Amino acid sequence: MNHIGTRDLTTQSNLIHGVGIGRATTVGLVLRMPEPIPDPANRPSELTPVAEASRAAGALSATAAQLRHRGAAAGGTAAEVLDALAMMAEDPALAADVRHRIEDGATAEYAIHAAMTTFREMLASMGGYLGERAGDLDDVALRAIAHLQGLPNPGVPESVTPFVLVARDLAPADTATLDLDLVLALVTTGGGPTSHTAILAREKGITAVVGATGAASLVDGDVVLVDAENGTVERNPAQERVDLALQRTATLEAIRAQSAGPGRLASGQAVPLLANIGSIDSAREAVARGAEGVGLFRTEVLFLGAEKAPSVHDQAAAYREVFAQFPDQKVVVRVLDAGADKPLAFLTDSSEENPALGRRGLRALAAHEHVLRDQLTALAIAAANSDALVQVMAPMVSTPSEARYFRDLAHEHGIAVAGVMVEVPSCAILADHVAPQVDFMSIGTNDLTQYTLAADRLLGTVASFQNPWHPAVLRLIEAVGRAGAEHDVPVGICGEAAADPLLAVVLVGLGATSLSMSPSAIADVRAELAQHTLDDARRLAALAVSAESAEAAHEAVLDASRNTPR
Amino acid sequence: MPERTLAVASAHGLHARPAAHFVKAVNDSGCTVELQKGERTINAASILGVVSLGIEHGDEVTLRVQGATAEAVLQLLGAFLEKDHDA
Repeated sequence: MNHIGTRDLTTQSNLIHGVGIGRATTVGLVLRMPEPIPDPANRPSELTPVAEASRAAGALSATAAQLRHRGAAAGGTAAEVLDALAMMAEDPALAADVRHRIEDGATAEYAIHAAMTTFREMLASMGGYLGERAGDLDDVALRAIAHLQGLPNPGVPESVTPFVLVARDLAPADTATLDLDLVLALVTTGGGPTSHTAILAREKGITAVVGATGAASLVDGDVVLVDAENGTVERNPAQERVDLALQRTATLEAIRAQSAGPGRLASGQAVPLLANIGSIDSAREAVARGAEGVGLFRTEVLFLGAEKAPSVHDQAAAYREVFAQFPDQKVVVRVLDAGADKPLAFLTDSSEENPALGRRGLRALAAHEHVLRDQLTALAIAAANSDALVQVMAPMVSTPSEARYFRDLAHEHGIAVAGVMVEVPSCAILADHVAPQVDFMSIGTNDLTQYTLAADRLLGTVASFQNPWHPAVLRLIEAVGRAGAEHDVPVGICGEAAADPLLAVVLVGLGATSLSMSPSAIADVRAELAQHTLDDARRLAALAVSAESAEAAHEAVLDASRNTPR
Repeated sequence: MPERTLAVASAHGLHARPAAHFVKAVNDSGCTVELQKGERTINAASILGVVSLGIEHGDEVTLRVQGATAEAVLQLLGAFLEKDHDA
């Protein structure tokens, strides 16, 4: 790095970019993770293989015990992660590999290091989620080696004053045992948005910016402004930038803290905040997080792996258990959405070459109408035995006649409120013809994005197209919102898009009347909605639909929302 | 030795958390369990072995169990793999 050459570009060179987790901003002093324990050298052992093997076994079992102990102290998700690491330390395949290396003359330190490296490279070569887990193995090995050499454990630096922790990437054992009272923010130079650092930062509500390669140049004692919303870390920030950022965070916090209860715009209109669920556990979580009901109950999740269609009796029992969690609240049930990434043996044809465009969703149900009739019967029975306000909707509807077919069948089975998911572009484009056929519409933004941009949502190589901020997607949503308003038909959103607080405001501006999301997103969305009037939301929506790309839409809305007087 | 072939139901396959739960169930069973995907067969008591198979949602795998309670354990582990733990 040429520091002298970059001195002139003060504001530019002090800004480090990464991926932000959460929305908060924090300022503080940097403390770096200590340098890692050096790799052990491959020198011949001076002990007998039996003695080395017993050192290795002792170190690995001590490491497992230590990880379990820390897990028990941390509890929750951290305990699960640490337990999984303890299992790696005790793994029989690893133990066998270590033993072989010791029999060939290696020291316990080197044998453990080399064996872990082999397994780590295997994991890393698999890429994706597993690749990001590869660092876990290094962590286990370093702990065992530290134990063998009598060194202190690698990990979070000790401090009595609060600090911003800067690290290459945090191992699960580090993130699990962070003293939250002292850690102001986390900055990593490696690790992506699905790394452990990101997952645990999200869960524990710690401000974090991950994958900020430029942060490698930060040293202990640097003052940094960590801005998760913008994904930036600024070194030696000007005081007015700090004040502005902290004020923004304080405003958000204050609004979030006092924004309990139903979702509502600053101008007073109610926007019910509902939950996406797929099981009784997620139903309970939704209740705990203050959901005002359920906007998407994925019923196929209960039956994945079933060889034949579940009986009416079994279905009714499963539905009743979920409905019981939501007395006097709306529960929108999606009938079986089989096909593509969720095959069900009794509904889908596994030989399709292109299942995302195949006989899936309502198409599969219409072809096996007895399955649909059984499900509607079971839903009607469960609804009659509960205080929930049960509604049903069909997935993968592409024409107005399919919408009419489903609504008529649902009404015939005694379910009074029946709607369709809008996730196929044809259905959105013809929303003015679909709306009169249904009691409500619910937009599935994930599939709508996949079909609008012709990009398989499960394929990593085209993942950059899967962005619901894309104006092409937003224009389709706008058409559905307009049709809903004209025909007085409610328009819900039940895709990931509703969980992005700022995008949620845009969706309301486009005509969404309720939002359904992962329960953990409800508080942030509620806080954001409370800051915007309906006119603001419409103005932001107009900016987004007129942009030329997803990025431009996001940026335009972000800028405009900052300048909105509050 | 009793065996069963099935499709793994978890949306993210057999990675991390579900894999750890599976291996724990294997270790608690007291039986010797093998897991096969394609040509590769591994000792299911090894979490590294299990994740190294890179099992994705919908992949077909074969379970083989040896021990006094093999049939019951096979049923238990089969049911575990056929449930979506990422739901």
